[in-house]
Amino acid sequence: MKINIPVSKAKQIVVRHSMKLSENTMAKTAIANNFLTDFADVILFIVRFLKETFSRKFEGKEFFRQCFSIGYKSLPLISVTGFIMGFVLTIQSRPSLVRFGADTLLPGMVAVSLIREMGPVITALICAGKIASGMGAELGSMKVTEQIEAMEVSSTHPMRFLVVTRVWAATFMIPLLILYADGLGIIGSWFGANIKGDVSLVLFFSQAFSHIGFIDLLPAVVKSFFFGSVIGLVGCYKGYNAGRGTESVGKAANSAVVLASLLVLIVDMIAVQITDML
Amino acid sequence: MKKEETELILKEPAKTKTREAIIEISNLSKSFGSQEVLKNLTFNLYAGENLVVLGKSGSGKSVLIKCIVGLLRSDSGTIKVFGHDVTALTVKELGEIRQKIGFLFQSGALYDSMTVKENLEFPLRRIKAHLTQKEIDAKIEEVLENVGLADALNKMPSQLSGGMRKRISLARTIVVDPMIILYDEPTTGLDPVTSDEISLLINEVQKKYKTSSIIITHDIECARTTANRLIMLQDGAVYAEGNIAEFEKSTDKVIKSFFK
Repeated sequence: MKINIPVSKAKQIVVRHSMKLSENTMAKTAIANNFLTDFADVILFIVRFLKETFSRKFEGKEFFRQCFSIGYKSLPLISVTGFIMGFVLTIQSRPSLVRFGADTLLPGMVAVSLIREMGPVITALICAGKIASGMGAELGSMKVTEQIEAMEVSSTHPMRFLVVTRVWAATFMIPLLILYADGLGIIGSWFGANIKGDVSLVLFFSQAFSHIGFIDLLPAVVKSFFFGSVIGLVGCYKGYNAGRGTESVGKAANSAVVLASLLVLIVDMIAVQITDML
Repeated sequence: MKKEETELILKEPAKTKTREAIIEISNLSKSFGSQEVLKNLTFNLYAGENLVVLGKSGSGKSVLIKCIVGLLRSDSGTIKVFGHDVTALTVKELGEIRQKIGFLFQSGALYDSMTVKENLEFPLRRIKAHLTQKEIDAKIEEVLENVGLADALNKMPSQLSGGMRKRISLARTIVVDPMIILYDEPTTGLDPVTSDEISLLINEVQKKYKTSSIIITHDIECARTTANRLIMLQDGAVYAEGNIAEFEKSTDKVIKSFFK
């Protein structure tokens, strides 16, 4: 079927379509532009962080204060999380192992699962929620209330004082929190095993550790350092680059948690691939 | 009344011409996107004076002092502080200039996670690194007494009222003996009595520490109390310049709207 459209109407349609097309193109270009600008900002932030890390004046006192804040103040939350991880894993996997007559493998299986994967990832996600959001909100509110500018006019480099100390404190403390959570997870597992059985703590631990090798521990520890630095960097980046209003503080905290959690999972995926090749 | 008709439009007042200019701003321009905030702004701050910069909100007053201290980069023009153009300095050189400039932020900008003592120690330990703990404690005690808050030493900023925060913030500014102090709306958000106290405190600081100051405000009472000289900003440029008596006598509409 052939439809004859009058020339003026066809012109209108062409103009309307091309305008819509150009609006869409402009919107897509803006998205691409924003993405590239954000990406460049992140790279610049990391470069500035590294540059300040290796500058002569390291803010040692602030670094230890941050280690205390990130490490010690997270202990109650990590203790509960670690214990529940081991406890739940034991309760859930026991029936399947009993069915195959492999319940003696329970301590080893729980220990390997906790140390290789569950301990690092779940603890890092909990830390992303607590630490990255805390950093995002703290630095964001400091920016809104001009405290970062006040630091700058006091001849203090805010990047060195606020960011370098926090990122390194997170990088060192989060692996320690992960190891602590792993230990408590195995204790939780022992409690879980004793609900329907009777096994001594010493025997449980010796069985658990007999299944763990250096190859289980090393990749887990290495990736937990990356988790720590990702959480610290994301939290500080979001807070340091928060907008001017109070609303931006909430946004900084929220986006810090979301991005840090996502990056923890991505880092984990890459780490698993690398470990698998070894 | 048009700008040309007012008696206050003096580019270089004869009275101050011979004095030593410690901040010289010439043709300063600053834009944010398409919005021009400062347009070819030119004026000087002379040694020992309190220069009040008046202007309505959004006239570029805060942007001006942030450009002076290097928190914002100007688009064009020069800002000479003690003869050094801050727009052309390296980060290290800018840091050295900043050690001679105190900045009182509009919000006070006290560090929330630190006590009053730690807030005062923070700039002291960095700018006057040679001081012993005993000297630092003595200096902190002295400035807290000067602002009338000697008993607030171990309080957290959250335990302080608005006026107290401003005083502590002023104490943190003067603790490093700056030669220039930039006040960003020092009386905003305070009741009239506390505003007067802060204004008088600014005068005391000028006398005691021999500072030169730029006071950004739209509080006329504060301007009356503190100003040795005033300039008024309008659309990012100097609209009028003179002393408080000249401003109060002016028949210019814009100026009169401030001095009702």
